[in-house]
Amino acid sequence: MNDPSLGATVRVPALPRVAVAERQGPRRRVPGGTVLVHAALFACVAVIAFPLYFAFVISTQELSEVIQKPPRLLPSSHAVENYVEAWRRSGMARLLFNSAIVAVAVAVGKISISMLSAFAIVYFRFRGASFVFWLIFLTLMLPIPVRILPTYEVVGNLGWLNTYAGLSVPLMASATATFLFRQFYMTVPNELAEAAQIDGAGALRFLWSFLLPLSWANIAALFVVLFIYGWNEYFWPLLITNTEEMRTVVIGLERLIPRTGTELPTWNLIMAGAMMALLPPVAVIVFMQRWFVKGLIESEK
Amino acid sequence: MKRTVFPNRWLPYLLVAPQVAVTIVFFFWPAGKSLYLSVFKSPPVGGRDIFVGLDNFTALLRDREYYESVLNSFVFAGGVTVLSVAGGLVVAVLANQKIRGLGFYRTALLWPYGIAPAVAGIIFLFIFHPAYGILPYLASFVTAYEFNWLLKGWIAMTLVVVATSWTQLGYNIAFFLAGLQGIPTSVMEAASVDGASPVRKFTAIIVPLISPITFYLVVVNMVFAFFSSFGVIHAVTQGGPGNATGIMVFKLWKDGFIGLNLGSSAAQSVILMAVVIGMTMLQFRFAEKRVTY
Repeated sequence: MNDPSLGATVRVPALPRVAVAERQGPRRRVPGGTVLVHAALFACVAVIAFPLYFAFVISTQELSEVIQKPPRLLPSSHAVENYVEAWRRSGMARLLFNSAIVAVAVAVGKISISMLSAFAIVYFRFRGASFVFWLIFLTLMLPIPVRILPTYEVVGNLGWLNTYAGLSVPLMASATATFLFRQFYMTVPNELAEAAQIDGAGALRFLWSFLLPLSWANIAALFVVLFIYGWNEYFWPLLITNTEEMRTVVIGLERLIPRTGTELPTWNLIMAGAMMALLPPVAVIVFMQRWFVKGLIESEK
Repeated sequence: MKRTVFPNRWLPYLLVAPQVAVTIVFFFWPAGKSLYLSVFKSPPVGGRDIFVGLDNFTALLRDREYYESVLNSFVFAGGVTVLSVAGGLVVAVLANQKIRGLGFYRTALLWPYGIAPAVAGIIFLFIFHPAYGILPYLASFVTAYEFNWLLKGWIAMTLVVVATSWTQLGYNIAFFLAGLQGIPTSVMEAASVDGASPVRKFTAIIVPLISPITFYLVVVNMVFAFFSSFGVIHAVTQGGPGNATGIMVFKLWKDGFIGLNLGSSAAQSVILMAVVIGMTMLQFRFAEKRVTY
């Protein structure tokens, strides 16, 4: 009974009014105006998509095509060899694997510790609760750059340089996720906790069997946003990894760019590498758009 | 209303322990250490820290490169904020019409948010490439001006600003769309009945009603540009040409991890801490006010 399927609970639409607006369709609008709006929107989409299209086109060309003038804006036939070469040269398999581990670890870690602390703050009276709340709140004001050297030192002392723990654990504290869960728990009717207590369920049982199933929508939304955050983090992984095997893809990509004059500027391979690095997070947004928008808007407030 | 609570004495401490541990070990202890280091001079080869008072800060005040990095940070953050917030508002207003395919448009406008600014920077690096890039090529038809970011600082700055704005735009569109949908249709319909033009509706109704969101986004984009833009600078321009794109976070990294001047780097961290505290307080002060609208 207290194990509703994911589909049943994941029901909160991100922005319900959008769906309404869509269903109403064009109404009380001159057809010409609608066409104009579509044209303008389509132009925006095209402008926004152009850099990616251009990167893709370059990634399919051979070097002689890349440097020709005027620039060739159509895909060529060298996609497979370019992607294979970029994959091999950058050690892409390992880079993508590392990024995936770090992104999932950051997302799952942040969500887990935030759920637990929000649960404690809402469902218990304990000495120091407001102190804990403020402690978590103040992390908002301590982004990585303001504590970078000492954090590096701490991670070094823990022996966590070049480890997945070092890459992910220091990024895990999250005020925004804690606030989101806290706010959500406050909207859960009191009767639920009362009923659980009358039935003899303990706190952990209540969290696991009642709150967790109710929280899937929030968890999914946060996961998408945090996965992208973890995947795209640059400063931290650059500092605490110095071996090829532990680089994440956002860092590793930079290796494809020639910094000396003697190397060939193989821009087709660089673009192929960029395409592979950006595809996973972009795919997550496209396929989980609803959760993404919800997570973005609710977790940042 | 009193909330139902569970009676356990020790369980809540156990539940908050992981978050508190991470917070203290990786946030508060290092932040405190930054404060401490900022008033000491640490010999890079080892040995005892020497208390130097505010010397690290006064040294920064005499450092021309630091002034440049502060200026660069504001130019960069201002550019990213104006471009991506204003652009986001225009696109969101367009997309907020009663038309078919809104879901498609929203996805089609949102996806660049998934791209790391550093990766976006690498793509724009080629678009701006002095020899092979499409932008300098197009510019060559219009002007004889040498459109070369390796030589012209402002072009390098434009490159990183545009690349960062490209990734941030979708975020702002998502927020503006959510805000626009909160405007009651009756208000807009009343304006239509009164014969207000679309431009008038935009300036007289939409802009004032969503100003709280605009303000929120301005602060968030500024904070993002100040504190999360190391990647695009490091991957693309390395602060160059000269020091034209050397923003504060980049200088902090360069002085601390390349120059091994820990005291100066810590002092820069402390200054950035003041900046982020100021920005966050601004954001929360306004967040309270915005309930009234």
